[in-house]
Amino acid sequence: MDIQVIDSILEKYEYRHSDIIGIMQEVQHIENFLPEEALRYISRRMEISLTRIFDIVTFYKAFSLKPRGRHIIKICCGTTCHLGGAVQNLEQINRTLNIKDGGTTDDRMFSLETVNCLGACALAPVVVVGDEYYEAVNAGKIEKILSSYPQEEEK
Amino acid sequence: MERIRNISDLERIREQILKKRESEKIVLRTCISTGCRAQKSLKVVSALGSAIEEQGLQDTVKIRKTGCHGFCEMGPIMVVEPENIFYRKVRPEDVNEIISQLTEGGIVERLLWKDPVTKEHITSERELPIYKRQKKKVTYRSGRIDPADIEDYIAANGYSALGKALTFMSPAEVIGTVIASGLRGRGGGGFPAGVKWKMCSEAPSDIRYIIANGDEGDPGAFMDRSLMEGDPHSIIEGMIIGAYAIGARQGFIYVREEYPIAIEHLSIAIRQAEEYGILGNNILGSGCEFNIKIHRGAGAFVCGEETALIISIEGRSGTPRSRPPYPAIEGLWGKPTVINNVETFANIPLIISKGAEAYASVGTERSKGTKVFSLVGKVMNTGLIEVEMGTTLREIIFDIGGGIRKCKLFKAVQTGGPSGGCIPITKIDMPVDYDSLREAGAIMGSGGMIVMDGTSCMVDVARYFINFLMYESCGKCVPCREGLKQMHHILENICEGHGEEDDIKTLIELGQFMMTSSLCGLGSTAPNPVLSTIRHFRSEYESHIYDKKCFAGVCKNLFEYVIDAELCNGCALCRLKCPEGAISGKKKKPHSIDSSKCIKCGICFNSCKQEAILVR
Repeated sequence: MDIQVIDSILEKYEYRHSDIIGIMQEVQHIENFLPEEALRYISRRMEISLTRIFDIVTFYKAFSLKPRGRHIIKICCGTTCHLGGAVQNLEQINRTLNIKDGGTTDDRMFSLETVNCLGACALAPVVVVGDEYYEAVNAGKIEKILSSYPQEEEK
Repeated sequence: MERIRNISDLERIREQILKKRESEKIVLRTCISTGCRAQKSLKVVSALGSAIEEQGLQDTVKIRKTGCHGFCEMGPIMVVEPENIFYRKVRPEDVNEIISQLTEGGIVERLLWKDPVTKEHITSERELPIYKRQKKKVTYRSGRIDPADIEDYIAANGYSALGKALTFMSPAEVIGTVIASGLRGRGGGGFPAGVKWKMCSEAPSDIRYIIANGDEGDPGAFMDRSLMEGDPHSIIEGMIIGAYAIGARQGFIYVREEYPIAIEHLSIAIRQAEEYGILGNNILGSGCEFNIKIHRGAGAFVCGEETALIISIEGRSGTPRSRPPYPAIEGLWGKPTVINNVETFANIPLIISKGAEAYASVGTERSKGTKVFSLVGKVMNTGLIEVEMGTTLREIIFDIGGGIRKCKLFKAVQTGGPSGGCIPITKIDMPVDYDSLREAGAIMGSGGMIVMDGTSCMVDVARYFINFLMYESCGKCVPCREGLKQMHHILENICEGHGEEDDIKTLIELGQFMMTSSLCGLGSTAPNPVLSTIRHFRSEYESHIYDKKCFAGVCKNLFEYVIDAELCNGCALCRLKCPEGAISGKKKKPHSIDSSKCIKCGICFNSCKQEAILVR
């Protein structure tokens, strides 16, 4: 990761220790995950121990230490989605892409994540791919949804 | 734009805005909140824009991109004003017809809502059953104003409560009014908001903080999201009034990362409020200084707990600490801090502008005002509703919600998220307020209301919540960490068909122990889903444990699908759909299921039009 980009983020937050979560969210937003060398660099520049940084990264579910796919599939597992069949949808994606919750496909196209609730309960069960919401999804619709994401070449 | 320096500036600017808007003859209120946006409402908005331009109607027809209208299931929603025509499920293809009807004064009938029972079309938004019995106060503006335009908020009387408080009331009077209103915290606990403010203002310190909790983690709840997306200024206004009352100069809004639109709208609202001089130094000439910063959560349910949330803002991993000292005495960076739910803050302007007495005239003896609920699950009309405290469950589920889908029987309603409980049909006439919910073994929580019918297994529901909490427990205290693990283990066994005789007793014992000995609210309320389902649905546990039967057809090891030979008309739909080839039978003759091949995926059960497939 570009050191200058990290520096500009650190500048923006004025190296405030209390903003470490926000800083890492921005880094992850750019890189799609948190590369170890970036964390080491942040730790040095901000004089925050690496232990504390890893404590935070592993505590909050939103942070990932592993590279993630280009399209992140979020399966909502909130109560309404659960009652509507979120588990069946999750199992169907497991079968179709051969990845488990938290996993990434070998070609780095898709990552699969479960989330507690996306607050779109009236449309349950909900599956989100990137920024695109799919409502009232059932296991039969999964393949069609995934096939609308062409296997693009890596940029 | 011009900075608002005092209350007369505010009134003058309001008049200017209203005058500027006189030329808008027709307004198309189109929802761009999460629910409708998921159903492509942004495409509708852009199609509307080009259609209006094509017809040369820019000067008279205005598109207003609003927040949530409440009837999310029917999205994208559009309301044509002043006629109040409610269009549902609007597609970009429908736009040209809508626009051409506007000029002719006609209505596009196929986009109107149709009553599923009487088959009648309803034209006006006000006449829809889901809205008719609601009392929209906090959510009144959401769906009416453009949340990204402060002028809309000001035009709708926004910030006048702030003007009143800062110009005509002392901080002590503001606190007194909030106490007198009887407003209780809308985040779940129901602690009187004014009392919290008083405690904080009396704590000795030169620095105080104010935090709005928008970390709506309860699955099945989206009131806070809709409010932050649809009417962010009302939260900001409530926070400034609170800051003035307790003497805080810095505020924070803690929002879940899963709510990107809420974060965007709040950021825009804060920026605009700063530009207009409503945030910053010398607000409305009062000498009061206040700024707000947004803090994004990073996906931890426990951070909805106030002490964990505060620690998260401090930039650490959010594990709760023991109370007392309460945050009102010792909160963010050790300073006295008021932390309230965003909905609580949105109630404040109402209290200040109408007065405590008028506010307290709505609601029950000990629960005042209105409450926003997200009504979801197996109910006909799903979405966001706001009702007077004390409205009965029957009114909410049957009058507003339109009853249960597919004419099935109502079984239970789950309130309060993972800390809440399930209320059975026998309590359908119970008034919904803080105290009666607690009595029934549930809690108000933030206001999620999930309706269940006969296809929901209560043991599975309890297992679901315990599983959720097990993953979200921070692990700091033993009762919560280990108790949840054991509870989950027992429930898993029961659902798999390995339940044992003493399981119910052990669950109750564990639950009572966790309630009294856990460190924070997460652990002490975690047994609620189990204890409330045991209390109201004990027979269901017993049939899982002793008869090894799940009559809801959820726990796969504990039931079988069978075809009722008398009901089956031999349409062969199930045979064609079965992925395992487990169904056989001749056309127009009753079919049968080979239970050794059946994987219980439920496809046949859901697709049979004769409802001939039964759970046994």
